[in-house]
Order: sequence, then C-alpha cells, then structure tokens
Amino acid sequence: MKYVNEFRDGKKAEQLAKLIATEAKPEREYRLMEFCGGHTHTIFRYGIDDLLPSNIKMLHGPGCPVCVLPMKRIDAAIELALSPNNILCSYGDMLRIPGRARMSLQKAKSKGADVRMIYSPAEVITIAENEPDKKIIFFAVGFETTTPPTAVVLDQAIKSGLKNLFVFCNHVLTPPAITGILEPAKQKNITLLDGLIGPGHVSVVTGTLPYEKLANTYQTPITITGFEPLDILQSIYMLIKQINAGTCRVENQYTRAVNIQGNTKAQALMSKYFELRDSFEWRGLGEMPYSAIKIKSKYAHLDAEKHFTLVERTGTDNKACECPAVLTGQKSPTACKLFNNPCTPENPLGSCMVSSEGACAAYYTYRRNIKIKNVDSTNNQLRSANKHAS
Amino acid sequence: MCLAIPVRVEQLLENDQALVDLSGVKTTISLALVDNVEVGDFVILHVGYALNKLDPVEAEETLKLFAEDNQR
Repeated sequence: MKYVNEFRDGKKAEQLAKLIATEAKPEREYRLMEFCGGHTHTIFRYGIDDLLPSNIKMLHGPGCPVCVLPMKRIDAAIELALSPNNILCSYGDMLRIPGRARMSLQKAKSKGADVRMIYSPAEVITIAENEPDKKIIFFAVGFETTTPPTAVVLDQAIKSGLKNLFVFCNHVLTPPAITGILEPAKQKNITLLDGLIGPGHVSVVTGTLPYEKLANTYQTPITITGFEPLDILQSIYMLIKQINAGTCRVENQYTRAVNIQGNTKAQALMSKYFELRDSFEWRGLGEMPYSAIKIKSKYAHLDAEKHFTLVERTGTDNKACECPAVLTGQKSPTACKLFNNPCTPENPLGSCMVSSEGACAAYYTYRRNIKIKNVDSTNNQLRSANKHAS
Repeated sequence: MCLAIPVRVEQLLENDQALVDLSGVKTTISLALVDNVEVGDFVILHVGYALNKLDPVEAEETLKLFAEDNQR
C-alpha cells in the first residue's frame, strides 16, 4: 500500500533506533507519552518500545474515545436502544463496552434491541430513510477526527428533511485532555512527562496551532506524529533532541497529512453545528471544563439528549479496575489485578480492554505471555520466600 | 478510533462521492469534507470520509529525512 509500506521498513527502523540510542543520554530518564490509542497500538504491534534504550519510558495516554467515555453515557445509550421504537447505531467498539450491571449494547441487542453496527456515519442516513416509522439514534463518539463526519450527518439530515434522525453527541476535545494530564502535575510541581507524541489524525482536522499554548504552558515539547512505525521512531528522535536542547516547541513529523491550519472546511462545519459544553465527565480524568461539545440549541430537534428524556444513572465500575490510572499514564495495564483474568477483550470488565487502541487490549494482544512469565517468576519468588519463612 | 488510511481516488462520483482503491478493493467514500480532489490524489480516509489530501511532496521529504538521519 503506497504511503504505508515505505513507513514500515524494518532496516530503517533499526537505524532510527540506533540514532535514538546515540542521542539519548544514558545518565537520565526520558518519559514520553503517546496521547493517541492509535499510537499505542502501533508501538505494541511493532514492538517499538523493545527497540528503545531502557531509559526511554513510553507512557500511554487517554486518546482512546471508547476508553474515556464514562459508564453513564453507555447506560444512556443502552436505555435508548432498549426502547422498542428506536434503532441505535454506533461504531463496533462501542457495542462491547460494559455498562451498569454488566450490560452492554451487544447484550441489549441479544435481548431484542435494534442495535446496528456501522462503519461510516453515512449509513445512518440510509437507515433513517429506509425506516421512516422508527427513531434512528446515532451514538456519536470520538475526538476531533471523528466529529466532522458527524457534522456532515447533521447537515444531510437537515438538507433531506429527515425527521426521525437524532444524534447522541459524545464528541470530546483533545487539548483539554492534554491539560487534564499535565495540569495536576504542574500544580504539584512534578514533571510527569518530558515530551508528548501528539495526535496525528486529530491534527489533520485541527492543525498544529492548538498545541502551541500547551507546549508553552507546560514546558513540554510536542511532536505531531503519523501512525506508522517509522513515524513514531522519528518522532521519538525529534523529541529526544528537543529534550536534550531544552526546547519546548511544537514540531510536525506528519507533514504529509497535517499542516498548521488543519482542515478549515471541516472546522467550519463543526462550528456550525456544535458548541462547547460547560463540563464533561471523562473516565480516568473526571469532570473537565470545556472538554466536550454538544449540538447547538438551534438544532435541538436533532439532539437525542433534548428529544428523549434520559435519566442519568451512576453505574459504578468494577472496584479493582485500574482503567483510570492506566488512562492517565500512572499505571501499566499489567499492574491491574483483573488483567488477563478475568478481564480480556472477549469479556472486558474495563473500557481499556475493549478497543484495540486501549492500552489494556494492546498489552493483552501483544504482551500477555510476558506478563504471565513475570507473574510466574514473582509467584515462584513468593513461594520460595514462604518456604524459607516456614 | 482515529484510525485513518491513505487511499487513491479512482473516480469522482455525484454528490461529493468518490470511488477509491483500498488495497485492491474498490469502495465509495464521501468527499464532503475536502475540496478540489482530483483522480489520482491520495486522501486520508476515516469512517468513510476523506479528511484531507495527502501531500506527496511532504511524504517524499519525510522519507528523505529518514535516509539523511541514517547517514549521520
């Protein structure tokens, strides 16, 4: 595949890794966070962290929309789906996220709810046209990358005069999430991160400008990065160079897709239909001001939150679930007691195990055998310690 | 969720749509979010929508940078 295969060249990856090792000073540690779940997936799939010197630590960020959505929003979607006259449409990953009392959209479907998995929001328009007697609800999630297609759906619904289509908007914003990670550390006067691998496809839409203020405020270099292994390695190299030089600039590694302004047509469409929410709850990060968007009141007739009466329930996550700490880079998935047993992608207890971009799912897919080995060796040590004690 | 891939535009269709080649599979996508797309352009495809045109010159530049970095 053009523009993909060239960026997966193993030899070049090895050479870039050598350069990184030469540039990184052995006497210090480098803590880098990849914001995007897509980057997390690439890092694990290609074993990028294994190519890095041990003093470069990769932390996994909250850039997985499926992972950060709080349970009450899933519960609301399930409630909408269970109503007999409704059809609820959403992306595949959303269907398996556990809600209250171990319910999920998939389980609601098995109980007879009309839940449709869609690949593209364009399908929602077709479903609404084909099912005029039903109410079609699009359970819309995602960062700035996924918001413009939802805006197109709203635009088309208005143009074609559809009266049976509603959007349950759960779109969230990237810069407030970065603030949510970096601000608490700044308050405590600690350095959580030395550098940030910035979102690639979010930035296709937003451009690189929104990150300037963040890099400056938190004195953290940011590199907007593509999703192939060579992109990530080059970005790490760029960050290490900045960290060594003591600079905190926004750099763009993903120049083939991202520019300074971003996609202005998409931005205009988003501002036409959406406005900031005063506050929105994120799993792991809690309530954050101005961190999400809602449909403008002018288009309230398309807003599922306005059309339907949604009772807000507060389902609680499994108490042992470490998703919040995993999402903020404070804990590794393997530090969670539920990891691999009983929480697996087939039977997820926490949201980070659902999407392939979730850090737990990435560890499970590519590293769980290593975890088992570690557990075994720890258990052996424990057993031998117990033996000596007795 | 933000998964997006480069695809080549094969044919422009009505209503802001285009036929693209996705590793040999032909599929229809929406061009509603991007202006001035021509046949032969590569676009970044996300959930059925082109998000931007891919810049072939910049792609070459990045690949050249890998080569230059590696000569150091």
